[in-house]
Order: sequence, then structure tokens, then C-alpha cells
Amino acid sequence: MIDIVGVKKSYPGRPVLRGIDLTVMSGETLAIIGGSGCGKSTLLKCVIGLVRPDAGAIVVDGMDIARLTNEADVARYRRRFGYLFQEGALFDSMSIWENVTFGLRYLTDIAPGRYRQIARDKLALVGLKDIEDLRPSELSGGMKKRVALARAIAAEPSYILYDEPTTGLDPIMSDVINDLILDLQKALKTTAIVVTHDMKSAYKVSSRMAMIHEGRVLAVAHPEVMKISNDPYVRQFIDGLSHGPIKMKLKEFEPELAADNGAAAGGAR
Amino acid sequence: MNDRGFVNALGAELLAMAETFGRFAFLTRSVVAWLYRAPIEWRQVLIQMSRIGVESLPVTTMTTFFTGMVLALQTGASSKHFFNEPLFVGTVVSFAMVMELSPVMTSLVVAGRAGAAIAAELGTMKVTEQIDALYTLGTDPVRYLIIPRLLAFFFVLPVLVIVSDFSGTFGGWVVSYVKLQIPTSVYLDDIFNNMEIRHFMHGFIKSFVFSVVISLICCFKGITTTGGAEGVGKSTTAAVVLSMVSVLIMDYFVTAILSALGIT
Repeated sequence: MIDIVGVKKSYPGRPVLRGIDLTVMSGETLAIIGGSGCGKSTLLKCVIGLVRPDAGAIVVDGMDIARLTNEADVARYRRRFGYLFQEGALFDSMSIWENVTFGLRYLTDIAPGRYRQIARDKLALVGLKDIEDLRPSELSGGMKKRVALARAIAAEPSYILYDEPTTGLDPIMSDVINDLILDLQKALKTTAIVVTHDMKSAYKVSSRMAMIHEGRVLAVAHPEVMKISNDPYVRQFIDGLSHGPIKMKLKEFEPELAADNGAAAGGAR
Repeated sequence: MNDRGFVNALGAELLAMAETFGRFAFLTRSVVAWLYRAPIEWRQVLIQMSRIGVESLPVTTMTTFFTGMVLALQTGASSKHFFNEPLFVGTVVSFAMVMELSPVMTSLVVAGRAGAAIAAELGTMKVTEQIDALYTLGTDPVRYLIIPRLLAFFFVLPVLVIVSDFSGTFGGWVVSYVKLQIPTSVYLDDIFNNMEIRHFMHGFIKSFVFSVVISLICCFKGITTTGGAEGVGKSTTAAVVLSMVSVLIMDYFVTAILSALGIT
């Protein structure tokens, strides 16, 4: 279980998370939705310890990442997670099988002699074969995502964190990735957090959804409940409307532009 | 800009500089800690030694070879002007190369070539989240990326400097023999009658200091890259300029320390 309590994070002059409270139950897939820059990826990075929160606690199976000072404890904490990066983040200088098994050396006691077979098995799980010796630069975007997914599950984590798993993919490949996420959840019985702004993906893969807006959780509900939500923020986001309470940047500039135009007109007079 | 705006801008600049120094100090501390804390990635060290050393060898050798040649030419011309014959060409060339030019020029060339490559590679890894991926896969970028590069520089730069010592002195001999008609025995006597092991050690010790300076600066600029492709370009340029300037500044202080210790 992942328990996120009052997590706050600011970057210089810009608060990103303003007190997030969320619980992810074992075995569920929680989709975190929200607009670009709302803090959902930062939250995911806080969970795995890539970003240190300014306040609050993230407790995973009784371990609070902020309180772990011993390196072995941090390793034990990270061992529980697989992380799928938005762009895959595959290592350019390594072959595919080296990429997939990279973490095994640091996270497990598996003998290096078995790495290649493990890479083959994990790649098969994500529907890829005979690409072990290629380089990431030789793969398409969808294949890179799948290899990154194979790498995320190689050490058999208890939790998988997906950062925008379908971003940049065509609709068919996006659905393939969604199916893979569902298949992996069934096969590996893992708990997952999926950060996305792709509503189709969120509805398909999640057992619960949370919407974040301006660093706060607006709503947490089952996907079917979320679909019929009357909350104007949730409604605007899931319907993908430009008009509504969520102001996009273009809208924020409008009063300034109007004021500028007024001043210019005044100056001309 | 009014006075207040200028003071604010200056303050922000100073704060940013202080923050950079602080982050660099933290990185250095982390490097020292990881050197003791975990087994060294020797495979990565060897890969980097090949990239930094073997691939830099032709360019450093050629650079110092021509430096030795021009030094012999200038020394021969000057001493001919004053004494009517080329005197102590071997002494001047070998001392200048071994104590000063070899370590400094080799370091500058390696900083421009391998240092830039390191900053660009780590910078690209940073902006494409590969550095974050290292964390999530259970290792630390300092351990996996920086220490192998630091050690590779530490082992390889002194070797390049020794090769440069020879190539520079050889370049000087070519000009002395062909252009200035100085017999080989005289050129060699000029060297070996005056040079002692401490003179060689002077330049050799410098190369270790420069290796640490270049590798730390280039790695630091690389892993603190922000801002996509443009950021990678900026950090690569900054890495090369900073490491070259630092080598020249450190050269003075290391020379002063070595002189005070009598290694000169």
C-alpha cells in the first residue's frame, strides 16, 4: 500500500504540490489525471524518491522514503518499484538486453549468466522478440516504450509507476500499451500508479482515478463514477473543453493583453 | 535599468553562483564518499580510458610535437641572434615541455575533446531522464557515471602527458637536427646534463591535478544540464571553457606549491 499524506513541493517561485493526500491500495491501479504542469509527474517522482517533498510523508509498506538514511534501506525501498519514463529513458550506449537487465545487478542477487534469458522472457511479456542485440536508436517509439516497460518489470517489482505511458504514440499503439498494462497487472499482480492525461487510457487501465489540479487532489473515484461527475473542473477536463473553470495559459494572458491594448489605445489618444 | 534593478540582478547572479559552488562541493563530497562506499565499475573505467586516452592520443601527440618544433625554432633563432649560434635548444625545449607545456597543452586538448564529449553525453542523459532511470534501477549516477570518468582521466592523462613529453622533445630534435644543424649528441646532452627526475615529476604531478579538475567540472556541468538540446549545448560550452580556464589558473597555484616543496 502507498500512503501519500500532505505532500508539498515547490520549485523556486512556483508551488507544484500544495498538500496531496492519496492512498493506493495493494493490487489496484490508480490513474492520476490532470492537465500539463499540474504536478502529477512530480508526485510520481516523489513516490520513488527522485524528488524530495518539502513537507508530508510517503509511506510504502511501512517505509517512509523521507526518513530512509541508510543506503541499504533506500535500495530496499527502490527494489519495490518499477518506473516507466515518459520517453522510455533507455540507455543509448547499451543494447536492448543490457537495458532490460540493467537493474538486476543492483536490485537483485540473480547471477549475470541468467540475464540474457531474463531479458528474452521480459521482452516476450511485452510482445517483443529477436531484438535483444539492437540499440534503442534502432527501435520505433512504441517499441522503445515496450522495452522500457520490460526494463521496469525485470526485477519483478511490487509497484509499477507509469509516467504518461501513451504520450507520443499513435492511437493503436496507445491501446496496445494499455492492453499490456492490463495484462501485466493480471500476470504480475502488481499495484500501479498511472499518470496520464489520456482519458481513454485512464478509463481502460485504472480501477480508481484521482484528478489533480494546481497541486491539489480534486476528486478520487471509480472510473465509471468519474465519467458522470458533476464537478465542473472534472467535467471540463474529462470532456476536454477549453471553456470552464480550468484556465489555460492563453486565457490567463487575455486580461493582460486587453490591458496592454487599452494602454496602447490611451497612449495613442 | 535603475539602481534597485541592478542590485537585484547582481544579487540574483551572486546567489546563483554561490548555489553552483555549493552544488559542486556536494558533488565532490559525493564522489569521495562513493569512492569508499561501493565497488568501482572497472568495466566502465576501461571503456572511458579508451575513449579519453586512446582516442585523444593522436591529437595530443601531434599538438605537442608541433609545440616542440616551434619552441626549438624560436629558441634557435633567439640564441643565434644573441650568441651567433643555437645554444641549449635541447635544454629549453625539454624543460619547457616536461614542466609546463606538455601537462598544460595536453590537458587543454583533452578538455576540449574528451571533456566536451563527457559534458554532452551526461547532459543528454540528464535531459532524456536517463540519469533518473539510473536511480530507479538501483544505482547512483555518481557511482556509475562520474567515478569511472574521474578514474579514467586520473589514469590516462598522466600517460598522455608522458607521451607528450617525448613527442614535444622529439619535435624539438627534428627542428634542431634538420633546420638548426645541431648534432643529436649535443641536443641530448643539453637535455640529460641538466634534467633531473624532479623536473619530470613537476609536470607529472600537475597532470593528476588537472585530470581531477577537468573530469569533475565536465561531469558536473553534464549532470546539472537543464533545458533540452539548447541546454546540452550551453553546458558543453561552459564545461570546456570552465575546465580550460581552471587548468590555467590551477597551473599557477600548483607550480607555486611544487616550487615551495622543492619539486622544480
